[in-house]
Amino acid sequence: MQIDAHFAGTLGAFALDVSFSASARGITALFGQSGCGKTTILRCMAGLTRLSGRLTVDGETWQDDAGGIFRKPHRRPVGYVFQEASLFPHLSVRGNLLYGARRAESGNAQGRDLDLDDVVDLLGIAPLMDRSTTALSGGERQRVAIGRALLSRPRLLLMDEPLAALDRFAKDEILPYLEVLQSSLAMPIVYVSHDITEVSRLAEHMIVVDRGRKAAEGTVEQVLERLDLHPATGRFEAGVIVSARVKSHDTTFQLTHADLYGQKIEIPLVDAEPGQEIRLRVRARDVSLATTRPSGISVRNVIAGHVAEINEETNTAYAETLIDIGGARLRARVTRASVSDLGLAPGKAVFALVKSITFDRRAFMGEQR
Amino acid sequence: MPELSELWSPIRLTIELATITTIVLLVVGTPIAWWLARSTSRLTEVIATIVALPLVLPPTVLGFYLLIALGPNGPGGAIAELFGGRSLAFTFEGLVIGSVFYSMPFVVQPIRDAFESIGERPFEVAATLRASPWDTFWSVAVPLARPGFMTGAVLGFAHTVGEFGVILMIGGNIPGETKVLSVTIYDYVETLRWTEAHILAGGMLVFSFFVILSMRLLERRIGRRGK
Repeated sequence: MQIDAHFAGTLGAFALDVSFSASARGITALFGQSGCGKTTILRCMAGLTRLSGRLTVDGETWQDDAGGIFRKPHRRPVGYVFQEASLFPHLSVRGNLLYGARRAESGNAQGRDLDLDDVVDLLGIAPLMDRSTTALSGGERQRVAIGRALLSRPRLLLMDEPLAALDRFAKDEILPYLEVLQSSLAMPIVYVSHDITEVSRLAEHMIVVDRGRKAAEGTVEQVLERLDLHPATGRFEAGVIVSARVKSHDTTFQLTHADLYGQKIEIPLVDAEPGQEIRLRVRARDVSLATTRPSGISVRNVIAGHVAEINEETNTAYAETLIDIGGARLRARVTRASVSDLGLAPGKAVFALVKSITFDRRAFMGEQR
Repeated sequence: MPELSELWSPIRLTIELATITTIVLLVVGTPIAWWLARSTSRLTEVIATIVALPLVLPPTVLGFYLLIALGPNGPGGAIAELFGGRSLAFTFEGLVIGSVFYSMPFVVQPIRDAFESIGERPFEVAATLRASPWDTFWSVAVPLARPGFMTGAVLGFAHTVGEFGVILMIGGNIPGETKVLSVTIYDYVETLRWTEAHILAGGMLVFSFFVILSMRLLERRIGRRGK
């Protein structure tokens, strides 16, 4: 499965020109600030908006302006999940789920199709089946919408900020289902989001879109390491994703000991077996630097490494640094005064003091399959 | 006491006329309403204005032009010739045609409004679920616009029942053929038969009251059932 896309054009005053490829299964995130054009890209892929360009999916050409090809939306085997669930109010939950299923062509290149029972199980919507759509909570509505899209036997699932319209409680309710989806479905998912936490938790690849242009592309780990993407990724949540291997659990202090490329770290107890690979997120603002190994401090994770890169932000007090810890890199946000006082420069040995590590998910894509 | 059959004939004729007119209007008016609601063409407001003209025109003006169109020298006469007639004026068929024009805005406008209030999203959802435009029209647009169809049908029916000026111009006063309720009441008043006029006029009053009341109740019930 391979997706190649290029869209260019203007909508009102907004100009878009983006090309990208997405491959394999798993989630590719289209990430950027609101208004950057990521939803437009998704709509172009579904054929709901028409800009000039080219789109091939799995060897089939869906759009090619040079060849005069444009497949109508209802002839594209995509599942589309809108930001608002947009359920049909005149149909019950069951009627909504079956709307696409009844119209889809059977037969799917990636083996057995999902049937109603699979989807109902996967999304936990059995108790809702015969209810009216108006009697559902926001989270329930969005789960039905996802199920409805899946049952139309898509070969490609497009999700436009499916969590953005939900409150935190409903988000936490849906996220586990999305994680199950990405690991159990054989189809590629393109996921639009402006929330870096969501992206790092769900996606494998990401494309950063900034003001109608592609700013970066790569695995989530690669993109998050980059120091030059501030305007697009946002400063507050900047950080990196690293993988570590679980060694043991300490139930007394509720900690999990893990191995990070040969260095020991501790994180709040996670639900994973020893030996399992876990994915962790470390925010740049949670990392401090020291030139000697400090003692007598509360921070428990002190990781040795070398300065790889320093990016001083002119006209601010801050500098972003990238610390090579042998196998992975951490980002640290420190003051420019510290850079000067500690004599930080590429190659210098430092200790990264990590105040907080967030557990993202159990395994890397493909690790458990 | 007036003769019952004499009163019953115009009532039956009026109901027949209003029923057929409503059915024709739903069939003809729905595609027009759909086009007015969905097309981005600049012509939409011109066509919408033409459809709305009977709201403003004196019925005599509309009736005058219809009379010419239905008469022996108009397109109506040409159609009548196919069936061995000379003219569609002063026939029941002519009344149906006249009523369709006269009541069209009352049917097209509510249906158009209902289509417009659906918005773009349900159609996009249907398209991503593989529904063709034709399929989407029947499976999404029509069910979601149902309140508009109901309002349009009730208004179209009631307005046709209340038609007077146009009918007088193109239908005349042929008992059992074109003599509908409103014309009959006029006749009774002219000939000072107040009892009969009272019965029919009172009946119309009660009928109109219940039509509007039931429509309002219906709208409220649909409104309460949620979006």
